[in-house]
Amino acid sequence: MPAPAQTRIIFQHIDEPGYTNDLACYVRNGGYEVLKKAVTRKPEELIDEVKKSGLRGRGGAGFPCGVKWGLVDRKSGKPIYLIVNADESEPGTFKDRYIIHQDPHQLIEGTMISCFANNVKQAYIYIRGEFPHGAKILEKAIAEARAANLVGPNILGTTYNCEIYVHRGAGAYICGEETGLIESLEGKRANPRIKPPYFPAVLGLYQCPTIVNNVETLCHVKYIAQHGGEAFAKIGTPGNTGTRVFCVSGHVQRPGYYEFPAGTITLGQLLNEVCGGPLPGRKLKAVIPGGSSAKILRFGERFKGKRKVGAEMVDYDWGVEDVPMDFDSLGMIGTMGGSGGVIVMDDSVNMVEALANINAFYSHESCGQCTPCREGSLWMKKITTRMVHGEARNEDAALLKSVADQIPGRTICAFGEACSWPTQSFIAKFGDEFKQYPETKKTAKPAGAAALI
Amino acid sequence: MIAPTKPDLVTVNIDGKEIAVPKGTNVIEAARLVNIDVPHYCYHPKLTVVGNCRMCLIEMGMPAVDPATKAPVMDPATGKQKINWIPRPQIGCGTNVSPGLHVRTTSPMVKDAREGVMEFLLINHPLDCPICDQAGECKLQEQSTGYGRGYSRFIEQKNVKPKRTQLGPRVTLDDERCILCSRCIRFSKEVAKDDVLGFIDRGSYSTLTCYPGKQLENNYSLNTVDICPVGALTSTDFRFKMRVWFLKQTNSVDPESSVGANTVVWSREGVIYRITPRRNDAVNDTWMADSGRVLYKQVKSDTRLTTIKVNGADSALDIAIHAAAELCKAGRVAIVGSGRSSVEEQFLTKKLAAALGVSVSLVSRVGQGDKLLISADRNPNVRGALVTGLITALPAAKLTELSAAIDAGTVTTVVSLGEDLATAGLTAAQLTKISVVYLGTHANATSAAAKIILPTLTGFEKSGTFVNQQFRIQKFLKAVPGPVGATDDLVVLAKLVTAAGTAIAASEVGPLWKLIAAEVPALGTMTFANLPETGLLLDATPYAALPFAEGETLHYKPAAQPAAATT
Repeated sequence: MPAPAQTRIIFQHIDEPGYTNDLACYVRNGGYEVLKKAVTRKPEELIDEVKKSGLRGRGGAGFPCGVKWGLVDRKSGKPIYLIVNADESEPGTFKDRYIIHQDPHQLIEGTMISCFANNVKQAYIYIRGEFPHGAKILEKAIAEARAANLVGPNILGTTYNCEIYVHRGAGAYICGEETGLIESLEGKRANPRIKPPYFPAVLGLYQCPTIVNNVETLCHVKYIAQHGGEAFAKIGTPGNTGTRVFCVSGHVQRPGYYEFPAGTITLGQLLNEVCGGPLPGRKLKAVIPGGSSAKILRFGERFKGKRKVGAEMVDYDWGVEDVPMDFDSLGMIGTMGGSGGVIVMDDSVNMVEALANINAFYSHESCGQCTPCREGSLWMKKITTRMVHGEARNEDAALLKSVADQIPGRTICAFGEACSWPTQSFIAKFGDEFKQYPETKKTAKPAGAAALI
Repeated sequence: MIAPTKPDLVTVNIDGKEIAVPKGTNVIEAARLVNIDVPHYCYHPKLTVVGNCRMCLIEMGMPAVDPATKAPVMDPATGKQKINWIPRPQIGCGTNVSPGLHVRTTSPMVKDAREGVMEFLLINHPLDCPICDQAGECKLQEQSTGYGRGYSRFIEQKNVKPKRTQLGPRVTLDDERCILCSRCIRFSKEVAKDDVLGFIDRGSYSTLTCYPGKQLENNYSLNTVDICPVGALTSTDFRFKMRVWFLKQTNSVDPESSVGANTVVWSREGVIYRITPRRNDAVNDTWMADSGRVLYKQVKSDTRLTTIKVNGADSALDIAIHAAAELCKAGRVAIVGSGRSSVEEQFLTKKLAAALGVSVSLVSRVGQGDKLLISADRNPNVRGALVTGLITALPAAKLTELSAAIDAGTVTTVVSLGEDLATAGLTAAQLTKISVVYLGTHANATSAAAKIILPTLTGFEKSGTFVNQQFRIQKFLKAVPGPVGATDDLVVLAKLVTAAGTAIAASEVGPLWKLIAAEVPALGTMTFANLPETGLLLDATPYAALPFAEGETLHYKPAAQPAAATT
């Protein structure tokens, strides 16, 4: 079955020749018309549209956006804040940066609509420290929008006021976790908060109700406000509505970003047809489908079970290539859609060395607050680094698995899962490579191979 | 009497034991009530909950209800309501009780979680227990014995961190031992209100340190050492001095001010090594001031009085008592009592004054309160003097009346109970004009001028009671014996009273309390032995009109003062 055509909603203008990131260009292409209409509607209507759309958060967890908005404490009398999570730091993910760099007004319009819908008077764009250029672009775009009365006091002649501020992070992965982000935005160390009691919807930024949404999610809100929740829900598959941007990196002919209706394309179509398949003379070996913390899939393995199609339960028997790219299908086979970062590895990659790289990242990024993640992530890194650069032992695979098993589900935030799932899945799927690694190491690397982390 | 309001009780089930606990109690505290230990590091009952050590993970479940009808779902096997157990462990510190909550603290999931956390905490810990001061009172030791696996799988290099950082004048930090529980950070911020500690770096390399340009130097800094569950924060004073399991613990009370923080004095073979706070939720919670911890140094001070003297010559107790009695019989005597004396001593002081038919004045010590555990009144026991009837009004700022009486020649002999008359307002010239009988522990201008010196004991060498600012009577016990040459204040006082003509049968605290109970109505129902460790509140209403000096402290609010008369 040939791959479907791309449906570019969010990335409509990305890389379009002649399209610039200034307000004039955005307005020329119909920009801010949705906001103009939105401010004449009732906020509740807009929230209903988002609920009807079934939009799921694009940051990684896939939590329904309408539900998130519905949880916000609107009775406390405290101000409600909206935070745009632009701390795109999951390795393998590079969608938000293109929106920010090339189409910042789309984000601002989506943000303003969401703020209006939720009666938010102050919004923050928390952008990762490694995006200095993106931060400047956003600052400029917000200034333009403010000058055009699209942001700030009495927008578009209404009585509605809303400011957007850009806040730059200092370069920490954990700031992408919403409560860690909130702490950081408050000027503190980005230690994620315990839930309960600190659910952002009730006790978020400055202990006020707070909505934290991903950049891409808010751009989808703009589309939903324009076309209605039902129209949005028709894109994609039930439960996985709208489009998804996939950021494909690694050993394929044409890595890059591709936008498809969720669940309409399989992993095989995406990699082999859209991305041109493996590099010449190589074979695909493994793929991480949703950012580096998602569990890895091994080409050649099969997934069987029952799934719901409409009202019926249907048997499925999938190879990795057959898996539809949506939250639920990827969840069913034990991994996740995550942030949409698809990392492809071919047969030139040794999985021990790949895991050593991932472990080095996560041990460096653990905030250090709770014990299992703080100590476990560094221990796993020390083991894999020793395997690669020092002595590898036969028993290391079992030890790694046991260490990883002591982390997930026992930490304050999902970083515990993020840092342990790679180790768990690499060993589950490629345990033989770990056991053979002491032998593998004896073979010299090909000339010109990249240095190992 | 107003019945205390009954808190809302919630029934929970912990390891099969049902218990009703007040709403808002967390699982750790609820389990404590049924004698079930939920191990923890970061949780402290007097600090905010952060849930970062993950040691208190428990399995929890709630009674199942049908989502549609809200009817309970029964378990046919047991006939009881089915429990929906949450598949992930939850933190006991951050989980508050709710009706029907079920908790398992010994299930395989909990055991596995604890073993995992214990292993993680130990992999980068130096395991230098043989040279660590915390050994013997270390939570890491206790809980790895209780809940760890007992073997190590870690063969990598341990992290290297600073070994002896001076965080402040009294606290030394070994960062390698730190398990990053953040208790000290929260204490500094929340209790001491001196936010100077924080972590730098990330992950397992996180390191506790002071903010740039700051020091942990507030008067409560040593509480961080007490609450440190491991040997990371150590008292610079106590460091490497003594293994804690050799030390005897004696309950005492901090005599620095009228707060009366409850303390423990740690001693071995007659030598005191440290003083730590003792929990009293109505007085000092689990804290005390640093300044109160060094008071034991007065026991072995160079200026300690250990020789009985009469007219500058070494003497013996009975000779000195006789000499003092002779002086007193000559008349024109005044007694300077002390707000630092115990209730028992004040009782005998009153007896002495009655026997001699003279008046007693107390020395006032009013300073700045720190709003925490040092109150404005630096006398620990002014209220004791009120209760025993030694005084009826608060002490004047200076001994002006006595000063005038000396100048007028109506007083020629002063009996001072440990009070330095020079600092209390008398001039050197006035001191030379009078004969001083000095009962005290340390040399000062008054002892230098005294005709008769009767060396007595510090609060660590005797037992007694203080009445604190809340009118809470609290007892302190003898931790170490006094030095040769010093006599118990009660013995000296009893002998003086007897010599003055009124026989006193008792000079020890226990028997003396029979007399006190008989004569002081407010203490009528008590004995020294049955006073609770955390003290007993007395009726303060008879003294409501007195203008006490104290402002607000941790568990004390001054009574609203009647509006000043506008005339």
